[in-house]
Formats: sequence, structure tokens, C-alpha cells
Amino acid sequence: MSETVASTRSAETDSGPVSGAEVILENVGKRYPGQQQPAVGDLSMTINAGEIVMLVGPSGCGKTTTLKMINRLIEPTSGRIMLGGEDIIKANGDELRRRIGYVIQAGGLFPHMTVEANVKLVPNMLGWDKKKTATRTEELLDLVGLDPKVYRSRYPKELSGGQQQRVGVARALAADPPVLLMDEPFGAVDPITRQRLQDELLRIQKELRKTIIIVTHDFDEAVKLGDRIAIFRQGGEIVQYDTPEEILASPADDFVESFVGAGATLRQLTLVRVKDVPLDMPVTARIGEDKQEIARRAMQEGARDVVVVDERNRPLRWVDLRELEGSGKLAAGEDNKLKVIGEGATLNDALDTMLVSSHSSAIVVGRGNQIVGRVNVDIITNAIALLRSARNGANDDLDEMPDHDSSTRPSGARRVTR
Amino acid sequence: MIDYFQNRRSQIAYDGFQHVSLVVQCVLLATVIALVLAVLVYRSSFATQVAEGVGAVGLTIPSFALLGLLIAPFGLGVLTSVIAVTFYALLPILRNAVVGLAGVDRSLIESARGIGMSRFRTLWQIEIPLAWPVILNGIRVSTQLVMGIAAVAAYVLGPGLGGYIFEGLSRLGGSGAVPAAAVGTIGVIILAFILDVLLLLLGRLTTSRGLRV
Repeated sequence: MSETVASTRSAETDSGPVSGAEVILENVGKRYPGQQQPAVGDLSMTINAGEIVMLVGPSGCGKTTTLKMINRLIEPTSGRIMLGGEDIIKANGDELRRRIGYVIQAGGLFPHMTVEANVKLVPNMLGWDKKKTATRTEELLDLVGLDPKVYRSRYPKELSGGQQQRVGVARALAADPPVLLMDEPFGAVDPITRQRLQDELLRIQKELRKTIIIVTHDFDEAVKLGDRIAIFRQGGEIVQYDTPEEILASPADDFVESFVGAGATLRQLTLVRVKDVPLDMPVTARIGEDKQEIARRAMQEGARDVVVVDERNRPLRWVDLRELEGSGKLAAGEDNKLKVIGEGATLNDALDTMLVSSHSSAIVVGRGNQIVGRVNVDIITNAIALLRSARNGANDDLDEMPDHDSSTRPSGARRVTR
Repeated sequence: MIDYFQNRRSQIAYDGFQHVSLVVQCVLLATVIALVLAVLVYRSSFATQVAEGVGAVGLTIPSFALLGLLIAPFGLGVLTSVIAVTFYALLPILRNAVVGLAGVDRSLIESARGIGMSRFRTLWQIEIPLAWPVILNGIRVSTQLVMGIAAVAAYVLGPGLGGYIFEGLSRLGGSGAVPAAAVGTIGVIILAFILDVLLLLLGRLTTSRGLRV
């Protein structure tokens, strides 16, 4: 099905016509010079027009790289990407991106522009006339549930996180692109808002039927939103690409099962306390330290980010390696409400904190709020493995566990009917 | 003192205007040059360090010495003053522009590129406006700095109030020496203050409300 956007849209019916376009990745790869492992190896997948596809996997698995290759924010080093039958590798990058919606965490709104100005950016670049742009802006703000009269002239800082995210979606949809790319769109909002935003996205999608590709690390979110889920493993390899039902029913291998089966083991995780597992110590840095020095230290440890601590070793925030580019000293910066857990917390809490803070590890603090280490995905995975083997050893028949059925399905597995 | 001022009122006003005019024009020129340089260097940490190094060393050159050195190729007069004043005005602006541009949130730049803004458009519509408060601060520092340096530029017969200071100093002990130096000095201070207030106002007008709330 490789018809063009225009032809699909012309066939409008009441039942929400498909306005998305098919996206095909053929043997796509990304290899950075000087690195042995490719970020994305040799990836092929077809994303049907009008579907939501979730890219899930552990951090560093290449899912974000894959997403950014579709709008060529990252140029693939091999392979071919087709959008609605057009080979996008040949297109002009800037013009291509104007035709593809792009939403990042927290919306990525420009703080010096009003809501209206943010939404109008793409139509203006495309040379739409003023009247059409204005009408479209109102339409979009309505669509994402923000009253244009109230919010049009507000600045991003005057909005809540959820509202900013909605404006981000409105901006991405402004020029009515057939494809929408979202990079961990709901990572920066609280769980309740996140749930509401997810529901709204589904409502909007029901109306628009775009092709939406979303990167997430939250399997529950993937199950909730995705028509299909692609589970990534390190090196940009897709382990399984299927409907949520199929993945839940028959995970392709142990790796997928560790993702899917988390629901069953979640309860067990509540039994293990953070102080009972070996912790990993992140690279730490202090404000005022030379950035390059910190980056060098992190690189030695193979870390992708470091924890900024104050003079009493209390953690302040995460700093990504990318933020350490350039010269100069580490600035104080704003503490992005770092979520920490105590040593008495359970691994379940740790997992929760990791998900809520959308960071791949949770910082553990001891006495005086001093950092004592962190819990990362590996530690939890190991704990799960231990729990499994202990459980299997003591009791071969899993069915003897009470309410086994409900515990094997992640809580988010309830499918939203569309 | 009062008499000295009264007798030369129109001349002092004219020189004061010339002084401000020299400073404003040089700062404008320096802003343009600094922005261009900053845009060229801020993405490379090496180039940034070179720019900052040159900036730091540049400020340690005594203005008097630089003016002296410039006389040989450029002679006495306005051109030499403009070169010297612009040179000093450049340094704080360049430094702040580099810091300001480097401080723009990377995710916003990615967001801009992601919705299809070109490199240039991203720079012009996103990066420079976001860095503007920091750049403007550099312009304010720079303006204050070169108000003084423009006075020294009278040494090479540049325009402005510096002439009164040199006149006073050269006749130290003689009649009218103190009033002359005082007129020059106080004049520079008052004008610097007024300029600073104007720049503050300009900042208010040119900084998006979204960056202030």
C-alpha cells in the first residue's frame, strides 16, 4: 500500500479516513565513524499507513536513532527509507522535516515564542497565507484540548508540562503531515498527566489516522498506544515486531519475555529491597568542575551521563554527556527535580522511579541524603533472574501461585478499544 | 568651575554628543563583528577557547599602548579612535555571545531542526533570540568599558570628552586645569549612566516576555 498522501486524503469518509502514509525501512543502518558496533545494524520494517508503531527497548538500543533517521535528523549510512512511496534519502532534509511532524520530550517549545507563534512555525515556512494559518492554529489548539482564546498568546513557561506537550503535538500537526514522529513524548510529565495525554493521543489518532511512530522505554505505554510494537535490542536489532496481543501471547525469545513478563515479576520485586542488591556507582561530578575533565572520566567508565553532587555528596541532577560538550566549567543549572530513593525502598519503587523520571537508573541515597549508588535496568534484570530461578527451583509449577493470570499481564495491557 | 562650564556649554554639549556617538557606533559595529565571530566559533570547543583566550589577553592590553601602536599605520584622528574603541568593545560582546549561544538548550535546537528549520533559520529565529539577554549584557558591559576608553582616545585626537581630561592633566596646577579634567570625567560618568539606562530599556523591549516570566 504505497499510495500517496493526497490520494488517501481525498477519499474522506465519516469513519476517520487514513491520512497517514506508509513508511518502509529497507536494510537501514547507522554506523558512526570510529565505532566498532553500528548504532543501528541492518534494519528493515514496514510501518502501515494510519498505524501507531511503538519502538521499545533498553536505552542505547538504537530506537531513537531509528526514529531520527526517518526524518533524517540522523543520516543513515546505508539502506533506504520510503515514505508514501518516495525515497526520502534523496529529498532535501529541511523540506522533508516540514512534511513530518516531530515531537520531543516536553514538547520542545521555543520559550521566546507564544503558543500561537510556535504552532505557526511550520505553516509559515511552507508559505501558507495568514488567514489559512490562523484558522489552522485555532483548529489545532481546539483539537489538543486548549481553548485558543485563553492559550494563544501565552508563553510556554505559563503552561503546565502537560499543556506544553499538547502544544508540541499541535505544532507537529500544524501542516497536516502524514507521519508523526514522537521521541519519548510523555517522559517528562507525571503519571496521571501522562495517562491523560496518552488517552488524548488515541482520541486524536482515531480522528486523524496518521502514521505515528513513538519511541518509548515504557512497555505499558507501548501496549496501550501501539497498533504494533517493535522491540529493539542493543545494536538496533529488532527482536520482535508484532501486535501487542501477539507479543504478550508469544514473546519471541527470553529478551522479549523479560520485557513482557515484567508484570508477573513486578510483585516479586516488591519483596527485594535496594540495600539487598549490589548497587552500581554512577560517575559523579561537582559544580565548577571542568566539563571536559568530567566527560573524560565518564568516557573511561563508559557512562552516558553523570550525577552532579553538591559538596556533601548529595545528588542534584543528571547531566547527559551531550551537555558536557564544549569547554568551560559545569554550571549550577537548575535541578530538574531529581527523584531519589532510599536504601529501604523496594526494587519495585526503584523501577517506578526509573519510569517516572524517564531515566534508565534510579539514584539511591543513604544517610544525610548522600549518594550511595544507583539501581539500573541490569540490576533489576539480575534480581528478576534470581527471583525466577529461586521460584522455579522451589516450586516448578507456576500455576500454584495465587492469581497467576492477572499477574502475568502488565497493568497497562488493557487495550483501548478504538 | 561653574564659570568654566558656563562659558563652554555648547562646546561641551557638542563634545559629549561626539563622545556618545563614537561609543554607540563603535559598539554597534563591535556587536555585528562579535556576533559573526561567535557564530563561527561557538560550535567548536577549540575555536571557542581561542576566542576566549584572545578576548582575555586583548583586555589586558593597556588602551594607551594600543592607541600608540595604532598611530603608526593609521595616523591621528577619528579612524584610529574607532579602531581602538571597537576593538575593546568587541571583547565582552564576543565572550557573552559565545557563552549565550553555547548555553541554548540542545533539545530546542534539535526541535527546531526536527520541524524543518534550516541551520540559518534556527540560528536567527531560535539561537540568537534565546541567547539575546546574555549578548545584551555583554553589550552593556562593553558600552561602560569603552566610554572610558573613548576618553583616552582623545590622545590620538579622537572626538569626545577625553580632550578636556588631557587638557586638564597637561596644565596641572594652572588655572582651569581642575575644572577641565572634572568636566571631562563627570561628563563621561553621566553619559555612561544614561547610556546604561537606555540599554536596559532596550533589553526590556527586545527580550521576549517568554524569557522573562
